[in-house]
Amino acid sequence: MGNRYDIRLSGSGGQGLILMGIILAEAIGIYDGKFVAQTQSYGPEARGGSSKAEVVVSDQEIDYPKALRLDLLLAMNQKSCDDYYMDLKPTGVLLVDSTFVNQIPIPRAYQIPFTRIARDRFKKEMVANIIALGAISWLTPIVSVKAIEAAVLARVPRGTENLNRNALRAGISAAKKVEKTTLLTPSNFLENEDT
Amino acid sequence: MKRREEYVKKRFNKEKLLQGNEAVVEGALYAGCRFFAGYPITPATEISEVMSQRLPAVDGTFIQMEDEIASMGAVIGASLAGAKSMTATSGPGFSLMQENIGYACIAEVPCVVVNVMRGGPSTGLPTSPAQGDIMQARWGTHGDHPAIALCPSTIRECYELTIKAFNFSEKYRNPVILLLDEVVAHMREKITLGDDRIDIFNRVKPTVPPEWYIPYEDTPFGIPPMANFGEGYRYHVTGLTHDVRGFPTSRPDEIDPFIRRIFRKISQNFSDLQIGESFMTEDADVSVIAYGCVARSAKRAVIDARERGIKAGLLKINTIWPFMRIQVEKVLKTSHCVIVPEMNMGQISREVKRVNKGDAKVFTINKVDSTIITPTEIFNRIREVC
Repeated sequence: MGNRYDIRLSGSGGQGLILMGIILAEAIGIYDGKFVAQTQSYGPEARGGSSKAEVVVSDQEIDYPKALRLDLLLAMNQKSCDDYYMDLKPTGVLLVDSTFVNQIPIPRAYQIPFTRIARDRFKKEMVANIIALGAISWLTPIVSVKAIEAAVLARVPRGTENLNRNALRAGISAAKKVEKTTLLTPSNFLENEDT
Repeated sequence: MKRREEYVKKRFNKEKLLQGNEAVVEGALYAGCRFFAGYPITPATEISEVMSQRLPAVDGTFIQMEDEIASMGAVIGASLAGAKSMTATSGPGFSLMQENIGYACIAEVPCVVVNVMRGGPSTGLPTSPAQGDIMQARWGTHGDHPAIALCPSTIRECYELTIKAFNFSEKYRNPVILLLDEVVAHMREKITLGDDRIDIFNRVKPTVPPEWYIPYEDTPFGIPPMANFGEGYRYHVTGLTHDVRGFPTSRPDEIDPFIRRIFRKISQNFSDLQIGESFMTEDADVSVIAYGCVARSAKRAVIDARERGIKAGLLKINTIWPFMRIQVEKVLKTSHCVIVPEMNMGQISREVKRVNKGDAKVFTINKVDSTIITPTEIFNRIREVC
């Protein structure tokens, strides 16, 4: 059946979750060369409402494209955190945007204030998703930092490369600060990673 | 540095992360589509969006029309003038297109209509998946008419079936409907383009001089050669039932052979139109018959069942219409039970029951809550029935 690694990125519409999903899938699939399937679900609104993007990673062709039991859950608001943390595997990682998520349901959680970093350091709230991608690339074994950087730079609009590169690095350094050792999930995907 | 070069190399190895809708566009352009008229609608908008960027680069034409009725009219006109043409829409727009789809059937105009199924009826659920337009693809337009509809479940199939849809439409001079669901249309997977060769079929043109040309003449295959407008062959095109020269007729001895011929186009070439895939059905006690995104859940459920010692199998049907009864009948004969999961109240399961003849017990899973049927739901049903 292959080893699946299921990721769900959740929050509210307008936070850039679907773009995150696309970049993450591109980094893992094209640059790191694994099988990926990326799906999404969102409401008819342009902003607000709940939004989620899912990325399934496997070392062989993926049948069911939606996430089953989560290895990684990113929650960019309290509602999505409450709604989805039950889907995490016992070894799964919860990553929250502590700007909006105040109540953490499980002890195995990383809290990084993505939106506040975006607001304070970059004066642009919309790079919060790229900061989160940086944190994901550092905190999980599923994607390499190099791959995520290449994928981000290939996707973002021309002229914003420096802003996004800096955002990504801010995410990585924020991730370095949070506790790392106890939370890493053992995974077969670790084997070929050099980051 | 070396690793970065490797990345760049991989990147240009034509391996791409594409959405179902984008893969449809790639397939259409590969097949030679050079005209697109449409009106954007979720969840099919990306097809219009990408087409508007890509078509001008290959000397094609993109028009955003005022509505779906006009879109379908423009597609028929462009096809008569010789361009391979298509449009894309979702449920509400597909309803509006029905009248002109009938026109394309009777005037035998090749074209491809993509319908990305959303929850219905009416405006329904614009961003949610469903499979409720199966019967609309068959009987949406009025009158007795032949129909071809294909349904992909992976990104690779989105690409390949779009090419095949164009081939079928050109070959059989009939509109071909490509039925996607929201999950497949918006899902992204890796795909390598241009690594395989699918033959492209272009419409057969008349070989006789213009004055000898009889536009709707019967042939052994039932498909008359088609002259493009503007190439010197002048003929009449109408939505009225017509004689072999294309003019309206009310003579029973002309109407009957005409209607029988447009059906014969499909029935005579039935085996050519059947696309499907069986997975472990040879020795299966329980078989699942599924299509679209649900076929993916079903495959997972079948693998899970096999791991637990249940002899399960899957028949994935890609050709929805004409209903691929030959493969389905085979599965019905070899299995004790057949499960048909679908995201509607039972449209393909009706067809399965119709061809069943008491060979197997047919069970259904009908889910209409706007979410995809999960592998667990299908697995539980497999365990229940066996």
